[in-house]
Amino acid sequence: MRKPHLVAAAALAAASWATLAQDKDPTIAEIEKYREMLADGNPAELYEARGEELWKTRRGPNNASLEQCDLGLGPGVVKGAYARMPRYFADTDKVQDLESRLVTCMTTLQGFKAEDVTKRPYGSEDHKSDLEALTAYVVGQSRGMKMNVSTAHPKEREAFEIGKQIFYHRGGPYDFACATCHGEDGKRIRLQDLPNLTTRKGAQLAYTAWPAYRVSQGELRTMQWRLWDCFRQQRFPEPKYGSDATVALTMYLAASANGGVYNGPGIKR
Amino acid sequence: MNGKLIILGLGALALAGCATGMSEAESRQKALAMMKRDFQSRGIAGIDRLNEDEVQKACNEYHNNPPKEVAERLQTAQMAAIKFPADGQLLGDWKEGEKLAQSGRGMTWSDSPGSPNGGNCYNCHQLSPKELSYGTIGPSLYRYGKIRGNSPEIQRYTYGRIYNAKAYSLCSNMPRFGHVGALTEQQIKHLVALLLDPQSPVNH
Repeated sequence: MRKPHLVAAAALAAASWATLAQDKDPTIAEIEKYREMLADGNPAELYEARGEELWKTRRGPNNASLEQCDLGLGPGVVKGAYARMPRYFADTDKVQDLESRLVTCMTTLQGFKAEDVTKRPYGSEDHKSDLEALTAYVVGQSRGMKMNVSTAHPKEREAFEIGKQIFYHRGGPYDFACATCHGEDGKRIRLQDLPNLTTRKGAQLAYTAWPAYRVSQGELRTMQWRLWDCFRQQRFPEPKYGSDATVALTMYLAASANGGVYNGPGIKR
Repeated sequence: MNGKLIILGLGALALAGCATGMSEAESRQKALAMMKRDFQSRGIAGIDRLNEDEVQKACNEYHNNPPKEVAERLQTAQMAAIKFPADGQLLGDWKEGEKLAQSGRGMTWSDSPGSPNGGNCYNCHQLSPKELSYGTIGPSLYRYGKIRGNSPEIQRYTYGRIYNAKAYSLCSNMPRFGHVGALTEQQIKHLVALLLDPQSPVNH
């Protein structure tokens, strides 16, 4: 029953897109859409506000807020925490990025089950994601601060080295690595500019603008989402949310961006 | 010149490895094991996609710059596996080729099984001058046939290069569209026509 509707909807969408493309250069239409959004302010602010509310609200089986969550600078310290993540946490004996750390706090403090929290980490219009909102709130509290991610702990160093290996690893049916698209200056896919993540300047520019409100998706997307959708386009299987492999890759990117001023949450196409 | 650069590069990586007590080979093996644990099959994108074939393994181990004898041995094997059309006809319809070149669909976990794959050409290459939205990861192919002509040898080379770019340059960025079954024989013929047909906008 559902399929014919979907097909019809897809056909309609394709038809209207074709009409639009004839009327107006899609690139120009896209840029105009940006400007419209930017003039209205970045909708990421709404996610930040909802995230702050969620952070402070008593929730879950333990009826606890996240105000005692330790993001690395001590329980409850949010200001500046993101600019120093990922990092090693002694209580979990792991390197964690912000998102996997949020899951830890939601399980240990609030009593949620990790599998429930991470079941649908990426939200949609009718199913908003708490993790996206919480992430928006925390990253916003590092705005204007310099990225300062440590690789001093042996496990941090190891995550960085493994993350670098993942970045350069070619695989899947198309033999793509992250580096295939993000290893040289001045490259693009279609008209989309690709940051060169192997240079400090390129890594700083890209990393400090994420998470971001994605106009084309109508949602705020996190770094976990960014990697997840890159791997999809890389034709890889699906990375698990907050997994060690994604944290290691994030560690490589974040530490490469050290010294850059954090400027998120941003706004993107 | 190139050799020196490679030695310098390997030296830097070896040094980086020392800081963790891990050699580059060790961190590579750890990364591979971690990925196999932390990725999962979804839709048509199975976890078996993380198994390296010999070309991927060589390119990963040697940072896309394998020793000459390794590259030659593997390129010969890749070349031998190219299936050229039995009918000897390599030129399809450039108009179909243009449609294929436009489409970036296929092989992701969000693509449905059985739906036809696109050629992804404009993602990375300039082709027809009418299409302004083209990528720059690969070289411009505008005037590809005008420059090279349309001889049987060029047709064969072009078909082979789309079928398996790694048979010509082992660690090329370009996917092996025929080798992995992403494009059919007929689709590759259409793309050869897009590049070589004098009527194709690529050659205007």
